[in-house]
Amino acid sequence: MSDEKLPVVKADEGHGAVEVAEPIADPGIEPHEYRITDIDPKAADRVERQVSAMFTLAGVLALGSCVAYFAIPRDSVFEFGPLSGNANNMAIGLCIGLALFLIGAGAIQWAKKLMVDEEISEDRHPAHSSPEQIQDITEAFKQGAAESGFGRRTLIRRGLFTGLGLLGLPAVVLLRDLGPLPGRTLYHTIWAKGIRVVNDVTARPIKPADMIVGQLVNAIPANLPPLQEESAVEYQNARAKAAVIVVRIRPTEIRTKPGRENWGIDGILCYSKICTHVGCPISLYEQTTHHVLCPCHQSTFDLADSAKVVFGPAARPLPQLPLAVDSEGYLVAQSDFTEPVGPSFFERG
Amino acid sequence: MSDKEFPAPVKYLDDRLGIGKIGRKNLRKVFPDHWSFMLGEIALYSFIILLLTGTFLTFWFKPSMAEVEYQGSYSLLKGLHMSEAYASTLDISFDVRGGLLMRQIHHWAAVLFIAAMMVHLLRIFFTGAFRKPRELNWVIGFTMLFLGIIEGFIGYGLPDDLLSGTGLRITQGMIQASPVIGTYMNFFIFGGEFPGDDMVPRFFIVHVLLIPGIILLLVSVHLFLVVYHKHTQYAGPGRTNNNVVGYPLWPVYTAKAGGFFFVVFGITALMGALMQINPVWLYGPYNPAEVTAGSQPDWYMGWLEGSVRIMPGFESHFWGITLSWNLIIPALLIPPAFVTLVALYPFIEAWITGDKREHHLLDRPRNMPTRTGIGVAFMTFYGLLWIGGGNDLIATHFGVSLNNVTWFLRFAVFLGPVLAFWVTRRIAISLQRADNDRLLHGLETGVIVRSPEGAYSEKHTPVGGYEAYTLTARDRLLPLDIGPETDDNGVRAPRRALNKLRAKLSGFYFADAVQKPTREELEEAQAHGHDADEIHELTETETYREVTSDRS
Ligand code: HEM
Ligand code: FES
Repeated sequence: MSDEKLPVVKADEGHGAVEVAEPIADPGIEPHEYRITDIDPKAADRVERQVSAMFTLAGVLALGSCVAYFAIPRDSVFEFGPLSGNANNMAIGLCIGLALFLIGAGAIQWAKKLMVDEEISEDRHPAHSSPEQIQDITEAFKQGAAESGFGRRTLIRRGLFTGLGLLGLPAVVLLRDLGPLPGRTLYHTIWAKGIRVVNDVTARPIKPADMIVGQLVNAIPANLPPLQEESAVEYQNARAKAAVIVVRIRPTEIRTKPGRENWGIDGILCYSKICTHVGCPISLYEQTTHHVLCPCHQSTFDLADSAKVVFGPAARPLPQLPLAVDSEGYLVAQSDFTEPVGPSFFERG
Repeated sequence: MSDKEFPAPVKYLDDRLGIGKIGRKNLRKVFPDHWSFMLGEIALYSFIILLLTGTFLTFWFKPSMAEVEYQGSYSLLKGLHMSEAYASTLDISFDVRGGLLMRQIHHWAAVLFIAAMMVHLLRIFFTGAFRKPRELNWVIGFTMLFLGIIEGFIGYGLPDDLLSGTGLRITQGMIQASPVIGTYMNFFIFGGEFPGDDMVPRFFIVHVLLIPGIILLLVSVHLFLVVYHKHTQYAGPGRTNNNVVGYPLWPVYTAKAGGFFFVVFGITALMGALMQINPVWLYGPYNPAEVTAGSQPDWYMGWLEGSVRIMPGFESHFWGITLSWNLIIPALLIPPAFVTLVALYPFIEAWITGDKREHHLLDRPRNMPTRTGIGVAFMTFYGLLWIGGGNDLIATHFGVSLNNVTWFLRFAVFLGPVLAFWVTRRIAISLQRADNDRLLHGLETGVIVRSPEGAYSEKHTPVGGYEAYTLTARDRLLPLDIGPETDDNGVRAPRRALNKLRAKLSGFYFADAVQKPTREELEEAQAHGHDADEIHELTETETYREVTSDRS
């Protein structure tokens, strides 16, 4: 092969392809080959019967789907291994699905076997306009532009652009009430000094003695459940930030961060349950390593070491809630979280 | 009735709209036939199915997050507090006859819609169908894929079950990570803090009106342009850049394409009847403090999920602000950059090759080794991210450590595409060589003959006229030449640096591509077909002799 010797095209010729005599001349479209159905009328009749049978069967199945709709009780169940399910649903679906399929298959069979299958050719024309058309349209445009005086009357032009441009403002401003401004909402949860830590299923307060070493409890603040009666939204929003996990670890295994010496009670520590990555609730706890894993992107936090990230895409430890014990001996919060919980945000600092 | 007059109803319309003139041009419009041209059709039909089944769902679905106590017939959730959206999805699934069927067809069609669009895009890419004059249609098609993915994701969020809520929570966290505007965008999109009670009604109207409306508009323009430009075709005997060879719209394509719509609809209906998808009643209502392990988004979100999963946890804190690189890079920079590259590829390639001609003949992927390599590199990148989206599943399934899978992928996403590019390009070039060998030396027959002198050689038969023509029906491609540094008067050519870069890229683009043989080479090869690689027709006796002479 003599690639190197081929002529090179200039950039201004605008393409990278070379015209050299074609090695083989175009022999033209292949001759048409006849199908059995073109030659043998019996074969054609057979196909006709096939196609019409498919269409008719489709009609029968369509009726069948209506019968199934009324005849099969809506709660009856069809049991057959992986194909189990609601019988009414399956029967209607099977009938309609098969009916649709048969209509389609019949039409395609008809087209492939019976309709004339000689290929035809159609010419293409370049997309661009002819020079005469270009000249025509350019003249028409220029004439219109001149008649309007758009080019000359700069005052009108500027006015128009200013007016139209400024109309974009209300289009944006009117969306302002889509939501409140963030303010400080992301910095607070409903935890506060003296709020009891309660089990998130039973809503019962927790005593240190209730927890054995190695145990992890999903908990919420005691002031969360009453919110549900007041407002379902407030309840969900508060829950999305206030959910915590309480864990008891052998005190000798805990590495306490300076300043957090009195945040735990006998090895009982409390952390936000909301992943600092993008906010999934973390869920899987491995006792032996004290690691919790977020199921969303597998960030792993070491609860014995201030919940610092040991693996995965999260960048910050889970915020810790300082614990105390109230006069009746139940676990309570010393205060709200000392930093925003959940995913990071720009203003967070 | 004579042929000079339309039947009454057609005449009525023709008198008012002149439909006869439109019909005359288009009834016998030619469409070429190839299986790969059906991919776009599948996408179109699944979209229509989505419109039909989606409308059915809107009759019962209540896009509201108001709290209700579930009293429907699914006993396991009876009495539970949940949003109206979730409760009505349960009603559609258990109390509306055919409702579950429609939900499942809707979801299967959504999955198929996006898969078909993606494969269709790959077909367009690898055959070069995006070249002039079709670049704008590529952009339209790409936009539809983009919108389709968003549409599907929002639809997944509507039922307000635990999985859909978790998906939205993740999205919310990503939005919140955007520098400067993240927190505000979040509060405006969700109407305040997450989850709030605005997201379902807002996403609903986007899902049933806004995005389908835009897609419908784009589909119409897309199809209009296909008809207007006329379909591309593969090169072959009688098929040139100036014609289109195939069957007429009326009747062959009317029957084939119309029939195919019913086939696609039928198959999605059967899937909806027999294959469970998104059984929301098993997940329970959304609760921001709960999540199920091993939760997975719909498949088309997997690559974003993977991109986020394999990113190490970097974050910067300074001047009172936080920059979450662990999200900015994998969610806000890489996917948009990737997607922009894909969307602009036709323009990039045209700039590099300097090709300004109209193209109506499709390339065989092997004949554009660099483009094909780039395509496979993109697919590899996408595929590796997608695998990353299931890193936990892979770890548990194959019993390897999650850390190792993740670390492997962190490197593989960069090295994999490079390797894939290089290997693919080499393969394409070898295939081109094989084609040329076939042209010059004919087919290997497996027939070994011994010459009177005792030398062994294999017989070759020349390839037939139609095939030979098809093999040569392609351009000779050469890198762009940008001319000399200075012209005759010693004036430096303008924008020299840019043009040099362009010439370099162009050289890279066409480097090593094998040109088809010239007429002389072909004639020469056929003339001296007497050495080891002989060319001549095989005869019966020779076939017979093969056996005996082989044994001798
Ligand atoms: C354009 C492409 C579309 C895609 C990709 C798409 C995708 C989806 C998906 C994945 C779901 C979740 C289904 C589930 O498992 O419950 C969904 C739900 C839904 N879609 Fe669509 N959809 C599309 C168009 C439409 C249209 C045009 C309508 C209405 C006119 C519609 C109405 C609905 C409704 C009401 C739901 C909630 C129903 C339920 O959850 O039971 N969709 N969509
Ligand atoms: S949300 Fe927890 S790892 Fe992503």
